Amino acid sequence: MAQYLISVLDDTTGSATEAEMAAIGEFNERLRAGGHWVFAGGLAAPETATVVDARDGNPVFTDGPYLETKEYVGGFWIIEAPDFDVALPLAALASQRCNRRVELRPFLSA
Amino acid sequence: MTDVREVLTRVHREEWARVVATLARRIGDLDVAEEMTAEAFAAAVERWTADGVPPNPGAWLTTTAYRRAVDRIRRESRREEKHREALMLADTPEPLGVIDDDRLRLIFTCCHPALAVEARVALTLRLVGGLTVPEIARAYLVQEAAMSRRITRAKTKIKAAGIPYRVPSRDDLPARITGVLAVLYLIFNEGYLTSDPAKEAVRADLTGEAIRLTRLVRTLLPDDHEVTGLLALMLLTEARRPARVSATGELVVLAEQDRSAWDRDLIAEGHALVRACIATGRPPGRYQILAAINAVHTDARDARDTDWSQVAALYDHLVRVDPSPIVRLNRAVAVAELDGPQVALAEVEGLPLDGYHAYHATRAELLRRMGRGGEAREAYDRAIELAGNSAETAYLRRRRDQLGGW
Repeated sequence: MAQYLISVLDDTTGSATEAEMAAIGEFNERLRAGGHWVFAGGLAAPETATVVDARDGNPVFTDGPYLETKEYVGGFWIIEAPDFDVALPLAALASQRCNRRVELRPFLSA
Repeated sequence: MTDVREVLTRVHREEWARVVATLARRIGDLDVAEEMTAEAFAAAVERWTADGVPPNPGAWLTTTAYRRAVDRIRRESRREEKHREALMLADTPEPLGVIDDDRLRLIFTCCHPALAVEARVALTLRLVGGLTVPEIARAYLVQEAAMSRRITRAKTKIKAAGIPYRVPSRDDLPARITGVLAVLYLIFNEGYLTSDPAKEAVRADLTGEAIRLTRLVRTLLPDDHEVTGLLALMLLTEARRPARVSATGELVVLAEQDRSAWDRDLIAEGHALVRACIATGRPPGRYQILAAINAVHTDARDARDTDWSQVAALYDHLVRVDPSPIVRLNRAVAVAELDGPQVALAEVEGLPLDGYHAYHATRAELLRRMGRGGEAREAYDRAIELAGNSAETAYLRRRRDQLGGW
């Protein structure tokens, strides 16, 4: 089994409509039923981010995101699948259901 | 020595893909599979020269490559070793796809839709075709280092993303085979009309390789009529290659080609394949229709005997399957022969193909036939600007300059 990250690309936060939320809920059920579910969640806006740099032992906190981009990761799924060809159609379904573009990325295998 | 070289060249052509594919299945690593196969061929040069060619060269190569792969993996880290050894010992066949052939798995892996199209082409030529990285780089006008990176990156992605080494299931097969055929057709077209003005206009090595790989796919999937259609299309196109460029390096258009120079054997084979497709009675796909169009052209002893109404009917059919502006542009050429240049021009005007040289070349020819020389000249200029192929540019220049005082 391999794990994959499906991240949702968006330019606004919490912008899913009710219909989209319902479709996402159904998709989550399907992931659970198929044994693919690991975790999923939506993220608050990038402006709420805090960049923390404590590499030299003196933490510095910076208000705001590390990268300023128009589009960002608005939420994500972590799924489990035997191989890429199982993960890919799930990512396609994720994109369709949440009505956003998504990025599919494998985790480094342990 | 010469004999061994000749045998090696032939065996390389026939066995490369099989050895890489077998190794890839048994050790689960495309990178190692490819490197060890290359090493086995290098070893063969020495051994076969000294000891003679073994009775079964393919088996000798597979065994040698496999032993080297095992040695190599043993030298790797402990964890990797355990993992791979487990894989090797088990040697469990994957759930069987539609056809259980290692080469077919290899082709589908190389042409996976999650890889960039250029990477699919490069990987297919390298792993299935057995071309060297410098050869592929030369064919696609990329620096060797860049091509090497492209191939490495694709192989890394296959490994890291867990792209399986498998023939798709029956349900997924039609969608995936379309991508495979597109890659093979891209390779063929790059050979047939090289995109770079600095290269020779026609690259027989690439068209030959594309045909060889398509033949291979057809032996593996004999019932897929689009595969047959693509092979027929390639053969009927390749048949005209000897007549396609003049002694002075200028493109010779279909109507002006010396038809006695066409390869009759390839035409006969192509026609037989087209007939076989038609005989199935199933609705033809894009490649079958294109092959049928080429069959009509190659059927005519003289350009004037071309059955244009049949060509136009086939294009009508193609428009329904693939309503792209390029298909409509090509259809207009047949329309011009049947209904005259005015009708054809009306259909061509406004197609969203301003960046495509053939669009301007077609307009130029139509305008010329209508006596609108000034506009034709402008269209030729634009076509010349956009055309990448040296023979094509030479042809367009001559046509433009013939307009004379207009």
